[in-house]
Amino acid sequence: MSDPNWGLLKKKHRLNERARMMQTIRAFFVAQEFLEVDTPYRIPCNAPEAHIDPVTSSGQVLHTSPELCMKRLLAAGYERIFQLCHCWRAEERGQRHLGEFTMLEWYRAEADYTDLMEDCEGLLRALCPQGTLSYQGMSITLQDPFERLTLSDAFDRYAPMSLTEAIDNTCFDEIYTQHIEPNLGKHQPTFITHYPADMAALARLCPEDPDHAERFELYIAGMELANAFSELNDPAEQRQRFVAEQALREQMGKAPSPLPEPFLQELEHLPPSAGIALGIDRLAMLLTDSTTIDGVVAFTPEML
Amino acid sequence: MYTCSDLKKGLKLMIDGEPHVIAGFDFTKPGKGQALYKCKLRNMITGALFDRTYRSGENFEPAPLEERDMQYLYQDETGYVFMDNKTYEQISLREETLGDDRYFLVDNMEVKILMFGELGIGITLPNFVTLRVTMAEPWVKGDTAAGNNKPATVETGYNLQVPSFVEEGILIQIDTRTGEYVTRVKE
Repeated sequence: MSDPNWGLLKKKHRLNERARMMQTIRAFFVAQEFLEVDTPYRIPCNAPEAHIDPVTSSGQVLHTSPELCMKRLLAAGYERIFQLCHCWRAEERGQRHLGEFTMLEWYRAEADYTDLMEDCEGLLRALCPQGTLSYQGMSITLQDPFERLTLSDAFDRYAPMSLTEAIDNTCFDEIYTQHIEPNLGKHQPTFITHYPADMAALARLCPEDPDHAERFELYIAGMELANAFSELNDPAEQRQRFVAEQALREQMGKAPSPLPEPFLQELEHLPPSAGIALGIDRLAMLLTDSTTIDGVVAFTPEML
Repeated sequence: MYTCSDLKKGLKLMIDGEPHVIAGFDFTKPGKGQALYKCKLRNMITGALFDRTYRSGENFEPAPLEERDMQYLYQDETGYVFMDNKTYEQISLREETLGDDRYFLVDNMEVKILMFGELGIGITLPNFVTLRVTMAEPWVKGDTAAGNNKPATVETGYNLQVPSFVEEGILIQIDTRTGEYVTRVKE
């Protein structure tokens, strides 16, 4: 008889922690009268985004995020909803990326992105009642409010050039991942805010500053954990942005994505609302002090 | 030609006219941004290491390398000596070229040596090698948590983590690609 799969067994405590984390998350939202929803994984199309590619499945695609169906629920009058589900993104595999990963999304009607910041603070404290998180030797205090830093200030603080220069030289992603991300959220979680309008395909623009979108990303220990925004609820504007993203995809030689027509039709009923996507696997990495995403899932694609 | 989605640790590419191997690799993607492929590249001739980041859409030329079947003979002052199975020609590889792979060499082991012209620049070992444990903490009775591990050393001086039930003197199988313990081997 051969030995049992030691590699699988070795991560038992991490998988235990992960399960406990999921239960705490459900309890956190249920206590605030959020409804847990379960939308289809296989859909006709996702929201077109230049840099996110879906996995195809018998003429349809697997969802890259549950956002379209969840926003249709919001538009129909569901005011607080959350979902824990698997999502698929083609060609994404790295130390913090899996082609099939677990996402938490939640949406609030009559709210904006600042309300979601408070949700994040509350959720993190519920997960770490001791008020601190220790990751790779970093001690991170979860006392709220978490740090708020504009994208432009983050460039001034950490990068060798300004945000405008990085965009003009088309090296935003390189500078951001190399110089900025590793420095974010090392002592306390950090919300990065004030994204340029064209870096937020589904976000509402700041009413007092239309060059920027009401979007934030949450960072802890250099790790991007969540992406949130105040939802755009103007169907004409949304259609225009989708068409622009499609054009970008075409320029890059990528498969076109049809427009999600039922979503666009129902969007006019979307109340002012805000939504957020949070990576569960990365959260599990933080809570179990795991250096790779492989450590917090039972099976990686390479094991199958 | 390779594209970005072919990039992974161990892939051998021609860059600026010299063969390079990807010694470290990570895929990364900032929120809603484009995919970036961070490579740590090793020049296979000089051993020099450097970082380079690529974006999707780039193409790469495979390195023109030839693999020859050889047998490991012994270690001497020139390095680790191998013999070509067909021509009986002998070549020597330096310790720096072998890296941690030197810990998995067993006398008369059949290996593939990577040649850039007449220069031996790399080695492919069998996927699994069996080595004797020369040092390990004794097994503590009552330690039944099967996921527990402890440090051990094998006959070639290599250190690794093993399950708690592995004891000194037994043979274990190691995966040469990851350097990790696989299973006990019955004698």
